[in-house]
Amino acid sequence: MSAFNAIGENREVEREEFTPGIEPQATWCPGCGDFAVLKSLKGAMSDLGKSPDEILLATGIGCSGKLSSYFESYGFHTIHGRSLPIARAAKLANPDLEVIAAGGDGDGYGIGGNHFMHTARENHDMTYIVFNNEIFGLTKGQTSPTSPKGHKSKTQPHGSAKDPIRPLSLALTSGASYVARTAAVNPNQAQEILTEAIEHDGFAHVDFLTQCPTWNKDAKQYVPYVDVQQNDDYDFDITDRKEAAEMMYETESALYEGKVLTGRFYHDENRHSYGSEKRSVGEMPDEPLAERYHDDDYEWERSYDLLDAHK
Amino acid sequence: MTQELVWRIAGGSGDGIDSTSQNFAKALMRSGLDVFTHRHYPSRIRGGHTYVEIRAGPEPVRSRGDGYNFLLALGDSFARNPQEDAYYGNEEVKPLAENLDELREGGVIVYDEGLVDIDDVPDFEQRVEENGWHVYPMDLRAIAREHGREVMRNTAGVGATAALLEYDMEHIQGLMEDRMSGEVLQANLDILQMVYDEVEEMEFSHDLRMPEGSHDEEQVLLSGSNAIAYGAIDEGCRFIAGYPMTPWTEVFTLMTQHLPEIGGISEQVEDEIAAAALALGASHAGVKAMSGSSGGGFALMSEPLGLAEMTETPVVLVEAMRAGPSTGMPTKPEQADLEHVLYTSQGDSSRVVFAPGNVAEAYDQTRAAFRIAYDYQLPAIVLYDQKLSGELRNVDESFFDREPNPDLGSTLSEEEIAEAAHHASGKFQRFQHDPDNDKGVSPRSIPGQKDGRFLATGNEHTPEGHISEDPENRVAQLSRRRRKLESIREELDAEESSHQTYHGPDDADYGIITFGSQQGTVLEAVDRLNDAGHDVRALGVSDMMPFPDAEMTEFLESVEEAMVVEMNGSAQFRGLIQKELGRFGPKLNSLLKYNGDPFEPHEVVEGSEAIIEGDEPAPTTEFVPAAGD
Repeated sequence: MSAFNAIGENREVEREEFTPGIEPQATWCPGCGDFAVLKSLKGAMSDLGKSPDEILLATGIGCSGKLSSYFESYGFHTIHGRSLPIARAAKLANPDLEVIAAGGDGDGYGIGGNHFMHTARENHDMTYIVFNNEIFGLTKGQTSPTSPKGHKSKTQPHGSAKDPIRPLSLALTSGASYVARTAAVNPNQAQEILTEAIEHDGFAHVDFLTQCPTWNKDAKQYVPYVDVQQNDDYDFDITDRKEAAEMMYETESALYEGKVLTGRFYHDENRHSYGSEKRSVGEMPDEPLAERYHDDDYEWERSYDLLDAHK
Repeated sequence: MTQELVWRIAGGSGDGIDSTSQNFAKALMRSGLDVFTHRHYPSRIRGGHTYVEIRAGPEPVRSRGDGYNFLLALGDSFARNPQEDAYYGNEEVKPLAENLDELREGGVIVYDEGLVDIDDVPDFEQRVEENGWHVYPMDLRAIAREHGREVMRNTAGVGATAALLEYDMEHIQGLMEDRMSGEVLQANLDILQMVYDEVEEMEFSHDLRMPEGSHDEEQVLLSGSNAIAYGAIDEGCRFIAGYPMTPWTEVFTLMTQHLPEIGGISEQVEDEIAAAALALGASHAGVKAMSGSSGGGFALMSEPLGLAEMTETPVVLVEAMRAGPSTGMPTKPEQADLEHVLYTSQGDSSRVVFAPGNVAEAYDQTRAAFRIAYDYQLPAIVLYDQKLSGELRNVDESFFDREPNPDLGSTLSEEEIAEAAHHASGKFQRFQHDPDNDKGVSPRSIPGQKDGRFLATGNEHTPEGHISEDPENRVAQLSRRRRKLESIREELDAEESSHQTYHGPDDADYGIITFGSQQGTVLEAVDRLNDAGHDVRALGVSDMMPFPDAEMTEFLESVEEAMVVEMNGSAQFRGLIQKELGRFGPKLNSLLKYNGDPFEPHEVVEGSEAIIEGDEPAPTTEFVPAAGD
């Protein structure tokens, strides 16, 4: 008998089930784009029929990190930039879990940049949502890796001399098998994209443009946006790396010129996720490792036989 | 007195010194002897002076001993630096020239005259005469070339050793047959025969012979790193994440080699922060997990370590100390990360630290670390060092014949979760203080279990995991986490056998205290001191946190004066004793060594005698032996 009965219940799940019974006081500012992430994530989980008990949501630090407080599931509010390594190990330990990681642009592309690159490279079967508002919010408005060049803040009073990071291109180059960008101003598109990202078997990176009305007054740049899938001007094959890369480059350049292109940019359904690759070379058991600790019939091997090599 | 053999094989890094010595040690063990190896190597892959010592005798061997009595100097085949003033100097003769200082009087030297030119070794003839050494030059390289390949001169050297010591060659032949086959085996066997024949024609002048021993049961030859890996496996650890760093890599690679075979998972990841975070993630998801590193890598783990404490996520971390600060001396031992491991990461900590003193303890205490980490939901650290990581020692095979333990510790089943307290929000109160459980532990649920949802957060939090800065809640949560340490101390104190090792008469006047890998050396020194008419008792400590206050107090009260022996320059362990007990300062002396080599028993003997025989008590005297080898 499984120790994890909540997994794979396959029932209708109402969006409200992902709202804590007594809503904790959300400490995001009025008008914050983060509310849209929460809303679309709840919608996506409901669309997928996932039960709150079968989801592990790992978040980083900062405003984005609070997502796990307001979303009803198993949660791990980790430390700066470290949601990915924690999330991916949980997925390896129990592949039946629905694992979501979330963080901000400072958290995910700055301090956690190394983990981002490697988690994408390994193509872990999980979804990574990065709240991208081009600013450090909770520490009160410092320049972030996605802040535009010339952006002035208390930490870059002369205007940033750095070009912003290109997260979609970085994800693609690193090896992510699903890359999308969506925006808080369109929660419907966001919900569709998150649903697809969660269903995708591999590392799905969603750069989620969220406005910060408090520290980044330029947040207005996110309106209006263009959905590349619904506009004939942007005809490209999202399964083709080269075309996707070109489109991402255009999108990332346009963003800082006031033109916001969102949608799905890359989707490779043929690449195997890390877990299945690892299983195929014999580095991972077929059934969830976590289940074994609850299986009374499982025969635990000990080191005794391994000692033969030392005799 | 039975003669012991302390055999040193010296050569160039990459010349197979390590594997040759391991095989010879195994042969000696199989022939009934107790063995102990000491490894000395530079942070280089090819070339550079390296040696391994094997001490073998009929009784249990606890340390490397003092000096050695048989040198096999192979020559450094990678030393090809033609420049006179090269930074590393003339290395070809180093395996002979560099090793003479510690060779005992009357010792035996076999050197490879194919590679070593005796004229390049300063004052060689004179030193041989002064020390009464017995020298046997042999062209080991030529023998190896004749029957196989040049690299097999190791075999020739081992064969020469065996023949000169009148050791039954069958043990070596048997080991070769186990490990090789075909042409390679035949070549090696031929080389052994040739060497044997050559030695038979030589005239022996030495009286050193292979000691005889007989074990009652089958032995295994393990290093401290081996023992930690097998302890983890037996305790049900099936997930490891790591990043290579000397000497922690030894545990990591052994686990990686075995875990997939037995249904586990190993991950080599991008850095040590990720490694520790992965171990936390796997543990959170319901798997026994570990990670580890050495000094600098462990420093990177300080953030996840604190997260494990705050979220009460069980995890075992291994710290294999090497000389620091920073990257320090990568291949040299030191015990200077003690404070680092005890106090790294911010805030009031709740962690367990064990520092095993030998190979068997490394196995036992790794198992204990897992059991306590999972029972009490906190990080447990196994602290050891480069010395223990690489030393090989024979242990009875039956010692390891114990049941595996897959018990996840304080977790709840779904039925128990249904009965447990839930917040009005529906969240399971995973961090609720249970007044009936005075250990401070709140049983946890595992993601995927029905209705067990909670939030694990590095922020202070309420019983269901919501972030909270409420002062009352803060005090309740922090006190509960701290309470776990007290409970662990109570549990350890109540156990039948202590993790601490005592040696010497109960009523001795003088005490010697050490921790971790220096235990065996100190025990041996204590025997010698008592044989010499002193009255000394030793205490080797393994529990670093929670600290064995009662045991230490009792020990220190029983002696008039004590010396703390540790491999660092800042007396960290002595500082810990004084911090924990708050007294005994005037009773304590220090013996410190931090030149990259572990203590030898005679150094502890000399250090103790200087204090014991000193006219005035010298409470702050530090003895820092001059750098030897």
